[in-house]
Amino acid sequence: MSAARRWIGAAALGAVLLLPGCASLAAQDPRDPWEGMNRQIYNFNDTLDAVVFKPVAQAYVNLLPSFVRTGAHNFLGNLGDVWTTVNAALQLKGQVALESFMRVTLNSTLGLYGVLDIASEAGIEKRREDLGQTLGHWGVKPGPYVMLPLLGPATLRDVVALPVDLQAGPSAYFTGSHTRLGVTALRLTDTRAGLLKAGDALREAALDPYSFVRDAWLQRREHEVYDGHPPAAFDYTDPDAP
Amino acid sequence: MFMPNISFLNRRRCLALSLAAAVVWPQAHAADEAPEAFIKRVASETLDTVKADKSLRSGDLGKIMQLVDNKLMPHVNFRRMTALATGPAWRKATPEQQKRLQDEFKALLVRTYSSALSQVSDQTVVVKPLRAGQDDKNLVVNTEVRGRGDPIEISYRLEKTPDEGAGWVIFDLNILGIWLVENYRTQFTKEINAGGIEALINSLAERNKANASVGRKT
Repeated sequence: MSAARRWIGAAALGAVLLLPGCASLAAQDPRDPWEGMNRQIYNFNDTLDAVVFKPVAQAYVNLLPSFVRTGAHNFLGNLGDVWTTVNAALQLKGQVALESFMRVTLNSTLGLYGVLDIASEAGIEKRREDLGQTLGHWGVKPGPYVMLPLLGPATLRDVVALPVDLQAGPSAYFTGSHTRLGVTALRLTDTRAGLLKAGDALREAALDPYSFVRDAWLQRREHEVYDGHPPAAFDYTDPDAP
Repeated sequence: MFMPNISFLNRRRCLALSLAAAVVWPQAHAADEAPEAFIKRVASETLDTVKADKSLRSGDLGKIMQLVDNKLMPHVNFRRMTALATGPAWRKATPEQQKRLQDEFKALLVRTYSSALSQVSDQTVVVKPLRAGQDDKNLVVNTEVRGRGDPIEISYRLEKTPDEGAGWVIFDLNILGIWLVENYRTQFTKEINAGGIEALINSLAERNKANASVGRKT
């Protein structure tokens, strides 16, 4: 009796969980079950970007000479290499960890605290590893796509890793809340400035910018997690072939 | 000119020469380029053309379209690219619709990538070693464009076309980890689901018109 009741309960719960999925659009992407909410946040971010981030990034590019911006970019990148070293080690990628460690050592000393990226000049390739990738490496599934306010695209896996990734980011090397805020602001501006051209191109390339960004970001993330060789997902059978 | 010189050769040398020619000639003729060499050549030639011509870097769309048509399109199976981005609806489209769809898609892509040309300065193309065990019909060549700033990963998906042109054609392109055809499949499918192939062609045409009217800061 109680077993039967449990079954009915489970079935009812299943129905409740599944029904909203069935009711929504047939064309919905299974990776993006929260599309409605994500789209709203995307629009919010887009507006905020147009009003704040993009103008700031444009001013940054127009006002500062390129060697200053490159120096800032390298400086932040060097701090990022530390976190890459840790995560490469956590993924047991010995060579990447060693090379990233060498990058930090070289750039922090001869490269004047990382302002000059002499490691790249010396041919030591820059890699990027973060905790989200480390979780992916050890088999944690990405989970649903999430559009975060201010921070942009992520998967649930990245959201879980995010507090640690942020803590270990460049601002971690500074004390004082104002300084840390300044470093974070610089990092956001540096990132956005690097995307000015891409942002314009996106507007021209996409029919639906939201899904274009989502698909591109999810592909790119898989590419990162699998170090450039994600499992083939797309069916390349020629539609012309009989 | 050269022919009479042969008379100075003794018979043996003549035989050796013709044997060597017989061995080398058919191979030189039939051997298609290796996929890495093919990509290295096409990418480097395109880059060199852009480096040499300021009007290409400053976004002269007419000139860029010429470059695309003359230098790139012979190496691209653009029909297959468009068909793959379209998906199952491709086969139901009329030849005339397929043609218009290809034209609009091409215009959109050329427009999108033309802005990247302004970034060309002293870059070089480095082709990475081929991954083992790949299929001739679907083979990926990974490259890196190196110059100022972070290197840009670009990959090409090729199919073998024996004894035709360079022996290979490109049917998909990957920039920074994003395959173009896969990314456009969703975009196209959305339009097709809403209003069929004709709606997709119209949306692309509208996007192209809007892009052209905005113009671009260089």
